[in-house]
Amino acid sequence: MSLTATQQDLTGAEIVIRALKDHGVHHIFGYPGGAVLPIYDALFQDDGIQHILVRHEQGAAHAAEGYARSTGKPGVLLVTSGPGATNAVTGLTDALMDSIPLICITGQVPTHLIGTDAFQEADTVGITRPCTKHNWLVRDVRDLARIMHEAFYIATTGRPGPVLIDIPKDVQFKRAPYVGPTNIRHKTYQPRIKGDLKKIEQAVEMIAAAKRPVFYTGGGVINSGKLASHLLREFVRLTGYPITSTLMGLGAYPASDRQWLGMLGMHGTYEANLAMHDCDLMIAIGSRFDDRVTGRLDAFSPNSKKIHIDIDPSSINKTVRAEVGIVGDAAHVLEDMIRLWRAKQLKPDGAALSAWKMQIEGWRARNCLAYKPSAEVIKPQYAVERLYELTKGRSTYISTEVGQHQMWAAQYYRFEEPNRWMTSGGLGTMGYGLPAAVGIQVAHRDALVIDIAGEASVQMTMQELSTAVQFDLPIKIFIINNKYMGMVRQWQQLLHGGRYSHSYSEALPDFVKLAEAYGAVGIRATKPDELDDKIKEMINVNRPVLFDCVVDQTENCYPMIPSGAAHNEMILNDAVGEAKVSEAGKILV
Amino acid sequence: MSKQPGSAYFLDDSKKTEIRTTFCVLVDNEAGVLARVIGLFSGRGYNIESLTVAEVDHLDHTSRITIVTSGTMEVLEQIRHQLERLVPVHKVFDLTAEHPGIEREMALVKVAGTGEKRVEALRLSDAFRARVIDTTHSSFVFEVTGNPQKIDAFVDLMKPLGLMEVSRTGVVAISRGAEAM
Repeated sequence: MSLTATQQDLTGAEIVIRALKDHGVHHIFGYPGGAVLPIYDALFQDDGIQHILVRHEQGAAHAAEGYARSTGKPGVLLVTSGPGATNAVTGLTDALMDSIPLICITGQVPTHLIGTDAFQEADTVGITRPCTKHNWLVRDVRDLARIMHEAFYIATTGRPGPVLIDIPKDVQFKRAPYVGPTNIRHKTYQPRIKGDLKKIEQAVEMIAAAKRPVFYTGGGVINSGKLASHLLREFVRLTGYPITSTLMGLGAYPASDRQWLGMLGMHGTYEANLAMHDCDLMIAIGSRFDDRVTGRLDAFSPNSKKIHIDIDPSSINKTVRAEVGIVGDAAHVLEDMIRLWRAKQLKPDGAALSAWKMQIEGWRARNCLAYKPSAEVIKPQYAVERLYELTKGRSTYISTEVGQHQMWAAQYYRFEEPNRWMTSGGLGTMGYGLPAAVGIQVAHRDALVIDIAGEASVQMTMQELSTAVQFDLPIKIFIINNKYMGMVRQWQQLLHGGRYSHSYSEALPDFVKLAEAYGAVGIRATKPDELDDKIKEMINVNRPVLFDCVVDQTENCYPMIPSGAAHNEMILNDAVGEAKVSEAGKILV
Repeated sequence: MSKQPGSAYFLDDSKKTEIRTTFCVLVDNEAGVLARVIGLFSGRGYNIESLTVAEVDHLDHTSRITIVTSGTMEVLEQIRHQLERLVPVHKVFDLTAEHPGIEREMALVKVAGTGEKRVEALRLSDAFRARVIDTTHSSFVFEVTGNPQKIDAFVDLMKPLGLMEVSRTGVVAISRGAEAM
C-alpha cells in the first residue's frame, strides 16, 4: 500500500460515511461537536444518510436501540469526544445488557494531543471497554475502513451488542484508499451458529419424554430474527407444550395463544411461575436465567432438568446448571429440533400432558392479573388495557420507561409479533422509552409508536420530545402518572415500613403545557369514563403527543415475587381473594 | 432420579471448594488487550493470584497471558467462557484440570549483609540453585527459578539473612508432553 495519498483516496471522514452506506445504513442518531466536525462535514455533502439530531447523547444511544430492536438492523450513533462519549455510556451499557447491535462512532482529540488532558478529551475506549462488545481507537487512517467493517460484523453476529469506534480528529482528515466490506472475516472472533447435533438429538428425546414440560424463551429468540419466532411457534405447537417468555422475549410467541402462559419472573403471572417451579423439563431458548426470572436460586425449579439453548457459551451454566447446553443460534437449533422431531416421529406423552395442562388451567383460574376496578380514578392496569384494546388492530410499536408502568405494560399489553416491544430489561434504564420511540418512529414512519411511560422516568430524557417535533415523528408518550416513582414507592411500602423516602414526584410540570411549549400536543385524562375518547384523540393526532394519564397513586404491581423468594411464594393482588369480579365487570369498571 | 440431578443447587455443597487453576490465554497483541482481561477479572469479581504477559510471536503479534486464579468449578468455567468471549482472544487453555502443565517463576532477590550471614546466604542459594547476578562487598542479587512454593521458601530463608528486596515475574506455564496449545 502506498504511503502517499492520491486523489482517489478518501479522507477518514469520507471513509466513515462510505462504510455506513455500504452496510445499508440510512439513518444515524447524533450530536455534533469539535472532534467530529470532519465527519459532520462529510455527512453534509452526502444525501444518502439521514441524520437525526438528538438533544442529548444518551438519547442518541436509546434511539439507536429502538431503531435496532424494531428493525433487526444495527443502530448507528455519532457523537463527539469527551462529554459526547460519556453521555452515550448509559445507552451503550443498556445495549450490552439487552444484546442490541449498536455502532457508536465517537470523535477523539487529535492523536498528538491524546494523553495531555486536552479540551473535551476522555479515555473513551477505556471508559467504554466494559460496556461494549468490542471497541477500537483508530490511530491510522489506513485501518479505518477495515475497522468499520469489523465493527458491523461483530455488532450484528453472534450475541449482538454495542461496539464503539473512537476516531481522532486528525485521522478524520487524513486520506487512505477505501476497501469495501467483502469477505469480512475475523481471525479470533468466530461465533458459533449451528448447534451440536448430538446434543440437539438428546434434547429432542428429553422433550418427547417429558411429563411436565415448559418452554422458557427470551430476547435471544427476538434477536435471532423473525425466522426464529416462526420456528418457535411451529415447534411449540408441534409439541403442544406450554410456553412462557421473559420481559425481553415478549412477542416471539403470540400472547393470544392458549399455550401461552404470559410473562414469568418477579412480576410474571401465577401460572407461568408455578409452571416453572413444578416442571420436570425446562426448555430455555435465548434466555439467560436473570435474577428477575429465577428469584431465589436455591429454590428455583427444584425438580426439573434443563435444556439451555444460547448463542453465548458463557450464558450456559452461569447461574443455573443445564443438563444439556446447546451453543447456537435459536433459529438454527429450532430448525434442527423440528426436523429431528419429525424424522423420529416423536409424540408427547398425551396423558401426562393433559394432566399437566389441567394443573396449569387451575393456576390460570386464579386470574392473577385481576385488579380492583374503580369508577372514580383511573387504575393504571385499566389504562394499559384500554390502550391495548384501542390500538391492537393497528401496526403498533410499544416502548417503555422503567418501573411499575413497564411491568403493567408487559402484563396487560398483549404482543402478537416480535420486534414490537422495546424495553430496557437488563439495565433498567429510566429514560429509555422516549428516545427509543424516536428511533422506532424513524424506522417505521407510518406506524403507531407509543412510549408507555412514568412521570418520573420520562423527565430523564424529556428533551427528546424536541427531536420528535423537529423531525415530524408523531410518537405518543403515554404517561401513567401516579405522582410517585411507583416501583420505589411499592418497595418502600413492602420492605421499608412505608417510609416513602424521596419517591414522591414533587413539583411536576404541567405535562399539557409542557407539550405545548415543545410544539407537541398535550392531552390529559383523569377519569375512567373519559379515557377511551382521549386515547382515540391521541391516536388520531398525527403529531407528537404527551398524554398525561392521571392514575391511582397507590396502586401496586402484582403478582410479585419478593426478591429473595421462590417462584411458589408469590404475592397476589389483594383484589383476587376478596371479590370475584366478572370478566365483563372488569372491562366496564 | 436420586438426589434431584435436575437441580445443581442442592448438590452445590460438595463443589464449594475453591480450586487453584492456571489459565493460558493466547491473544492478539493489540492496544488494550491486557486491560480487557484485567477488567474482566476485576469487573466480575474473580481472583488474580498472578498474571504475566509477553509477546510470544512477533510476526503474528500474538501474546501469551498466564493467569493463576482460584474459584469453584462453576466460577472457573465462567472465567474460561468469559475470556473466550473477548474479541482478541484466540484460545484459552486450562493448565490445571484439562491439560496438566508445569509452572515456573523467576525471582530476583537482593540480600545485604556481611560476615556469617553473607556466607550463609550464599550457601543456601547454592542449595536452591540460585545464581548470583550482581554482587558488592555487602550485597548479593540472586536469580532463582522454580515453582512459586520454591521461591516462597527461598525468600523466607533469606529474611533473617538481610533480605532487602524481591522482584518476582509471576507464573509462566506450559503443558506437558508433545501437545501444543
